[in-house]
Amino acid sequence: MSLLPVLPVIIPLLTAALSLAMARHRTLQRGLSLAGSAGLVAAAVTLLATVRHEGIIAVEIGSWPAPFGIVLVADMLSAIMVLASSLLGLSVVVYALGNVDQARVSFGFHPLFHALLMGVCGAFLTGDLFNLYVWFEVMLMASFVLLALGGEKNQLAGAFKYVTLNFIASSFFLTGIGLLYGKTGTLNMADLAQKTASQSDSGLMLTSAMLLFLAFGIKAAVFPLFSWLPASYHTPPTAVTAIFAALLTKVGVYALIRMFTLVFIQNTALTHGLILGVSAATMVVGVLGAAAHFDIRRILSFHIISQIGYMTLGLGFFTVAGIAGAIFYVVHNMIVKTNLFLAGGIVNHLRGTFNLKYLGGLYRAYPLLAFLFLVSALSQAGVPPLSGFLAKLMVIRAGLAVGEYALVAVALAVGILTLYSMTKIWTEAFWKEPPTEYPSGEKNTPAGVPWLLLAPVMALTALTIGLGLFPESFIQMTQEAAEQLMDRTAYIRAVLGPVP
Amino acid sequence: METVLAFITGILFAGGIYLLLRRSMSKVILGLLLVGHAVNLLIFTAAGLVRSRSPLIPPGSERLSPPYPDPLAQALILTAIVIGFGILAFALVLAYRTFAVTGTDDVDELQESAP
Amino acid sequence: MNSLLLQAAAKIVVPIQLIFSLLTLLRGHNLPGGGFIGGLLAATAFLLLAVAHDVDRARRRMCVPPRWLMTGGLLVALSSGLWGTLTGAAFMTGHWWPDFTLPVMGGLKLGTPLLFDCGVFLVVWGITTEIAFHVMEES
Repeated sequence: MSLLPVLPVIIPLLTAALSLAMARHRTLQRGLSLAGSAGLVAAAVTLLATVRHEGIIAVEIGSWPAPFGIVLVADMLSAIMVLASSLLGLSVVVYALGNVDQARVSFGFHPLFHALLMGVCGAFLTGDLFNLYVWFEVMLMASFVLLALGGEKNQLAGAFKYVTLNFIASSFFLTGIGLLYGKTGTLNMADLAQKTASQSDSGLMLTSAMLLFLAFGIKAAVFPLFSWLPASYHTPPTAVTAIFAALLTKVGVYALIRMFTLVFIQNTALTHGLILGVSAATMVVGVLGAAAHFDIRRILSFHIISQIGYMTLGLGFFTVAGIAGAIFYVVHNMIVKTNLFLAGGIVNHLRGTFNLKYLGGLYRAYPLLAFLFLVSALSQAGVPPLSGFLAKLMVIRAGLAVGEYALVAVALAVGILTLYSMTKIWTEAFWKEPPTEYPSGEKNTPAGVPWLLLAPVMALTALTIGLGLFPESFIQMTQEAAEQLMDRTAYIRAVLGPVP
Repeated sequence: METVLAFITGILFAGGIYLLLRRSMSKVILGLLLVGHAVNLLIFTAAGLVRSRSPLIPPGSERLSPPYPDPLAQALILTAIVIGFGILAFALVLAYRTFAVTGTDDVDELQESAP
Repeated sequence: MNSLLLQAAAKIVVPIQLIFSLLTLLRGHNLPGGGFIGGLLAATAFLLLAVAHDVDRARRRMCVPPRWLMTGGLLVALSSGLWGTLTGAAFMTGHWWPDFTLPVMGGLKLGTPLLFDCGVFLVVWGITTEIAFHVMEES
């Protein structure tokens, strides 16, 4: 029982450790990697069911009592995020079996992948601010190596920018932690929430809040801190880009949601107003950047940024409906964005390029792939009855409820531009006549799409359709998660015990 | 003492940011190093300075007698130093590999010409 | 490198260094030392061998590949954490073997924190040698 919230960390660790020793036995390593990801999904499902049934679970690591030791806390938000991450981890592992080349595998792709999952799950579950920093770094270290693995020229250049910017973000994070600790003498999130509730307006609190906002903002790639993302995400193999797109920015969004609902709520007019402004700029700049590009992966990278804006918009409204919308949006976007990258990777596998100029006519040769891509693209743009429609609807209704009509208008306009951008990819790559010139000079036509690549795309497409057609229970869950976040007493009580 | 350390933190940040804005990769890495030190010094100062012995419980005794410095802040800095050390080591290897592949140390020249 | 002096010195220094690394590991719970530093010391012993002779010789002397050390260390550390859950306590809860001291170094108490340190020792030893050997073989 007390082991359950720790399992999402232990299982990837065990998988990473064992697959490290099996570098020579390729089949064994692949099987282990699959089994580890499947085990993680099972643990995450159990965790979510238990949390939903019995309320927030807190585990004091090493039995050190709460404000002094480190706690792992699983509330609805954490459990939902862990489940979504584990599902995507599993689908990307399957895809990676067919996509990642032997050189990268023998250098340690699988151990690094599971180390990344461990860092992500740890970040979702921890209830201690410094521990959150440590999990961030675990995740980042794994992502650094995954990004640079292979050592091609543009990969190295992208990786250097990525490492530098993330180091700066971590420095902001640490500075914020240092100031907060100097001010309050604690780093336990529940304890922080309790101790800072009385400090109505303090310059030091606001400084820490802004430093952490900067740190998480860089990781989440919000305006104007996003420039590292399009510069690095298009360089590694598709499986790596897909898992980055699925998880890394979302951990930043998660950290923003956690800190700006639990701790930094002294001056919501200022902090959450800032989040709203930044969200609007993020949505607009992201989608405009996407419109300017002609490479599938670059377009999709800019859309990651644009979609992050919707999530932080829900947080900025700071109502139960807004945060429920943000959580729904995060999960929807993880599924759809990953799927688009995976499908784009199949296009590259078939034609040897991501550049739309040299693509075309894929609809005739591969109608199934064209259909799968179209579903995800429409879902991302917010066309009913797919999950993207509901996600946008929830955020926009929350905006209407608090009377932010201008922001709602921006969100709707960005939705239309997203639709334009998505149809651009689809018509260029799948619908238009095949091009007459090819970059490599000759036409590259493999026999068909390998099942290892197609199966995860089909599964994720089914997921976005399912989430759109039968959303009731999931919307219910996001509501519960948002209520837990807005009413902090349950979280504080679960960690620190009954409040006197 | 706090004032002195505050100034040193400021100087380290200023130097680090100046180096981060340079185009040479090796100078950027030195900048990262300085910023990392500045942050550690800031945590150290923010947690409060106490002139005393190390916060270890002496043999035969059950508890610490004040004054003693905050051991948690030291533990935080130690962790941050180790993590920062790891990242810097990785950045150095990355810069070395980049130099070996491209033959340049200049970040601007790494810009690809592709769309 | 092919220096007779260094090779002769390595013959004496390497065993001392390995013993010292073990001592550092074992005293680490209450005194300065511990798995991290011990692991680094053990790694430097083999790095000295690699510098004095060559990487192949150092690899052969280590008997196990560095990657296995990393795996073994992670598993040992993890098992020390899981020990607590077997008795119904939280993950990573420390357990000391009651009324038993190993008659070395003035009495050594055994328990899961020491086991965890051994895991750290193995991981640090493995990862440091792995990286250093890799870089040395490349250049």
